[in-house]
Amino acid sequence: MQEVIEGRVWTLGKDVDTDGIIGGKYLTIIDPNELKKHVFEIALPEFAANARTGDIIVADENFGCGSSREHAPQAMKAIGVGAVVADSFARIFFRNSINLGLPTVEAKGVRAIFEKGDTARIEMRAGRITNLRTGATVTFPPLPPHLLSLLEAGGLVEKVRAELAARRAGAPAAP
Amino acid sequence: MSASNGHGMTLAEKVLARASAAERVVPGEIIEGNVDLAMMHEQGAQTVAPFHQMGAEKVWDTDRVVIAIDHWVPASTEGAAVLHRILRKFAAETNLPHFYDVGRHGICHQILAENGWVVPGDLAVGTDSHTNMLGAMGAVAAGIGPTEMAAVLALGRLWLKVPPTLQIRVRGRFGHGVTAKDLVLRVLGEIKTTGATYKAVEFSGPAISALSMPERFTICNMTTEMGAKCGMVAPDQKTFDYLAPIAKHAMHPLYPDADAEYERVLDVDLDGMPPMVACPYSPDNVRPLPEVAREHVKVDQVFLGSCTNARIEDLREGAELMKGHQVAKGVRFIVSPASTAIYDQCLKEGIIQTFTDAGAVFTNSSCSACFGGNMGILAPDEVCASSSNRNFPGRMGAKEARIYLLSPAATVAAAIRGEIVDHRELV
Repeated sequence: MQEVIEGRVWTLGKDVDTDGIIGGKYLTIIDPNELKKHVFEIALPEFAANARTGDIIVADENFGCGSSREHAPQAMKAIGVGAVVADSFARIFFRNSINLGLPTVEAKGVRAIFEKGDTARIEMRAGRITNLRTGATVTFPPLPPHLLSLLEAGGLVEKVRAELAARRAGAPAAP
Repeated sequence: MSASNGHGMTLAEKVLARASAAERVVPGEIIEGNVDLAMMHEQGAQTVAPFHQMGAEKVWDTDRVVIAIDHWVPASTEGAAVLHRILRKFAAETNLPHFYDVGRHGICHQILAENGWVVPGDLAVGTDSHTNMLGAMGAVAAGIGPTEMAAVLALGRLWLKVPPTLQIRVRGRFGHGVTAKDLVLRVLGEIKTTGATYKAVEFSGPAISALSMPERFTICNMTTEMGAKCGMVAPDQKTFDYLAPIAKHAMHPLYPDADAEYERVLDVDLDGMPPMVACPYSPDNVRPLPEVAREHVKVDQVFLGSCTNARIEDLREGAELMKGHQVAKGVRFIVSPASTAIYDQCLKEGIIQTFTDAGAVFTNSSCSACFGGNMGILAPDEVCASSSNRNFPGRMGAKEARIYLLSPAATVAAAIRGEIVDHRELV
C-alpha cells in the first residue's frame, strides 16, 4: 500500500449501486480484463474508454450499494483505479474492495471539494485528502490497524496465505 | 424516540459475542467471529481461485458449507455453465456434500431457510447480499464477497466490526390487503437506503411477534436495501416450531437485554398504514399505493418472484387473486417460485394451473427476472411491476426501464389490470 496516493479525479453522485458499476448481464465473466471493458457502463459511460492507470474515483454517499458482486471492485482494479474515496460506502463493497487490496477511503464531505479532472492526493495514515488544484482538504479517521494490515499485505489472499504458511511451519511434521 | 442508556447488549451484539467467544462486545470493536454456516451461489465460483492462491488445502468444516446455485438455473449461457462446473468440481475436490444442484435447487436464501441451515444464535455468511434474510432465525446473517468467502472456507472465521443497532419497534395491525412487504417498504421510505448502513436492524414489538416466519424473512431480506449488515428478529415459539423438524445443527437462542443500548429506536404503527410501492429508481422512493394508482402507470411486464416474495404463502395469495381473471392484454406476467420444493407444492395445490390458465408464465425456480441477467429482461422504456427488492437503473435490464416494487397481491393486481392499481379494489 502506498502511503500517499495521487491521481486524476472522476466524480460520481450518491447511491451509485453495483448495477451502475457492472451490470447483471456481465456477472458470468470471470476474467477481470474482460470485466473492465464494462466498468461504470451505466453510472459513468465515458469512463472505460478514457480511464488512465492511477485514476481516483470520488463519489458521494453510499457508493457500491446493491449486490455483493466482487466484480465491481475487481473491474475497477483491473482498469487501473488507484483508489476510491466517498462520503460513505455500502458495507459489502467496502469489504470487497479492501479484500482485493484496492485503497478505499471513507471521508465525509469529500465529494463536495472535487470536480472532474482535478488531482487528488490521499494521505492514508495521516487521514487527509487534498484537492491539488484548489488546495481544499478534508480529513478522515485512518483505517483501523486491522484493515491497514490487509492493504499492506496486498489484500486478503496474501494475508491468509501468510497465516496458513505460518501455521504449517509451526505445526509438527506430518507422520 | 431517544435511545436507552442501558449497558446490556442488543441481539446482534449477543450473537457476535457468542461467535467470538467473548463475554461482551461493543459497537465499533473489530472481532474475529467463528462462522456457523457459509453459503455460496454462483459467485462462489470466484472463491475457488483465491482459495487455492491462499494455499488452503481443505475446507474448515464441510458440514457447515452449502452451495445453492440460483441465478442461472439451469445454465442459460455458456458463462453460467462454466460457473456451475467450477463449483461442482470444487465441491467434489473438497468433499462438500451439501450442493443443491439443478433439480433440487432454489434461491439460495430460501434453500437455507427451508432446510434449517441457519438457526438461532448463528453467525452465517453468504456470497449474496440478501443473506440478511436468514436473520429472521435470530441469527446474524450477512453478505460477503467471494474472496472473503475463500478466507472463511479456509479458516472458518472472518473479521467483523460490531455494528450499532437500529431497533424498529412495530405495533398495531395490518389493514386488509396490507402486508409485511408494505411494512418494510414503509421503513425504507422513512430511513432511506443509507438509513442502516453498517448497522444491525432489530425488529421487535407485538406486530413482529404476530408475523409468520415467511413474513419475517421478507422484512429481514430487505434490510439489505437499508444498507444494513444484518436484519434480525429474536427467536420465539414460531422460530422453534419452524426449525424443530429441520434444524441442521444445535440452536443457541439469544435475546436482547432489557437495558441494551440502541443507536436509534424507530417506532412504527401499522394501524391505518396503506399498501406501499417503491417507485423508480430506488427502493426508498416509497409512496402510498393508492396515490400512485391514481396515476394509471401502465406496465409491460409483471414479476412475482425473488427471495423477497416468492414463498408458497405469496404464491397462494397471488393465485387466489388471479382466479377468475386473465393477464391483461399486452402484459407479460412471470411467476417464479423461490425453490423447487415450493414449485412442487404449487403443482399439488393447482397454483401453477391457475396462473397458466390466466396467461401467466410459471417458470422453474430461480432468481429469474429479478436481476436482469437471465430471463424476463426489460427493454428501454418498459415498465415492470415486481414483488422483488431492487429497482435501481439497469436492475432488470435496460437502464431506462422503470421498476415498481410491490407486495405479491399488488403485483398480481397489476398483471390483471395492466397498470399499477390498489389491489384492494379487486377483492
